[in-house]
Amino acid sequence: MAAGEKHSPLDQFKITALSDEPTMLGGFDISFTNSSAAMLVTVLAVTSFLVFSMRGRALIPGRWQSCAEICYEIVANMLRDNVGSEGRKYFPFIFSIFMFVLFGNLIGLIPGSFTFTSHVIVTFVMASVIFIGVTAIGFARHGLGYCRMFFPHGAPLWTAVILVPIELVSYLSRPLSLSVRLFANMVVGHVLLKVIAGFVIALGFFGIVPLAFLVGITALEFLVAALQAYIFTILTCIYLHDAIHMH
Amino acid sequence: MPQFDPSSFSSQIFWLIVMFVVLYLLMSKIALPRIAEVLEERQDKIDDDLAKAEKLKSEAEQVLAEYEKAIADARSSAAAALKDASAEMAAQAAKREEAFGAELAVKISEAEGRIATARNEALQNLTVVATEVTAAATDRLIGAKLDEATVRKAVDDAMGDAS
Repeated sequence: MAAGEKHSPLDQFKITALSDEPTMLGGFDISFTNSSAAMLVTVLAVTSFLVFSMRGRALIPGRWQSCAEICYEIVANMLRDNVGSEGRKYFPFIFSIFMFVLFGNLIGLIPGSFTFTSHVIVTFVMASVIFIGVTAIGFARHGLGYCRMFFPHGAPLWTAVILVPIELVSYLSRPLSLSVRLFANMVVGHVLLKVIAGFVIALGFFGIVPLAFLVGITALEFLVAALQAYIFTILTCIYLHDAIHMH
Repeated sequence: MPQFDPSSFSSQIFWLIVMFVVLYLLMSKIALPRIAEVLEERQDKIDDDLAKAEKLKSEAEQVLAEYEKAIADARSSAAAALKDASAEMAAQAAKREEAFGAELAVKISEAEGRIATARNEALQNLTVVATEVTAAATDRLIGAKLDEATVRKAVDDAMGDAS
């Protein structure tokens, strides 16, 4: 990406349609883009990883089967620890979220590929769906009693004037913080990688120094990719817990 | 930043929803049930094996208890048999001793009878010999020919004193 003409570190986030003619649906452009392709690859990778590694159905799992089972158990334990047994029926959704974000992040680390989680609209739509879903579950389970979420138990009544707006703002900012955290982490990591990669070429022989640095950063980005997927999922679990059990 | 270019939003949202729904369906209908099945099977197998081991263990314990009971039974019956045998033997020995004692007593009394007879006989003979010796002595020493009855009486008197 660095050779030849001048490249901005932000070019990697550019959305380009894979077809020449934009595909339209009801006045909206729904062209299949590099982002869509990355999503498709992610879906295929997650599905084939899980299906093929479980194909043996071995009693004593091999390496691949262990990996698939570990993914399953990480999410299952996360859900059980944070939500309890009522969270059981949301497991496929939570698991899909985790694998989608995790594989999206990891596939984005392959040089030349595209990271769809680095687009705020993607993370924001996911976070909003989670937020709306969790709020709906809360109202469905507790009715209007769910509004007590915005007033801590046992606080003096007059403090409601201060506490309710604070709680309301913190509740409403959940989708924002959830989406911006993932998006910002991905963007910063990838920009950092590209900026330092630019130095490698610019410094000639001494480029070996930023190259070594780049190796370390890449390892760190793998950690961030997994960690952000984990955080995104665990926060979803915590929101779900709040909706089901209140505070 | 391309992230804030709204022209691409519709396409990203559309494909995100499509892809995520596809992923959700694949996960919930195919991938997750398979993993859950395998994990469940393993858990069942482990539980099953544990139950089997528990059962075998209790069986082994039962067998051990039965074996120990059999040993104890055998020991106590052996002790009883030993006691019976020794009592029987003691009784037999006592009986034999008694019989032998009785026989011995009979033999002793018989022997004593024989000894007494022999003694009497000897004494009888002695009296005869003494009478004859006395008659001969008196005849030779004082020349008196005493009749046999007188001598006999005198000998008897003397022997009665002696004995």
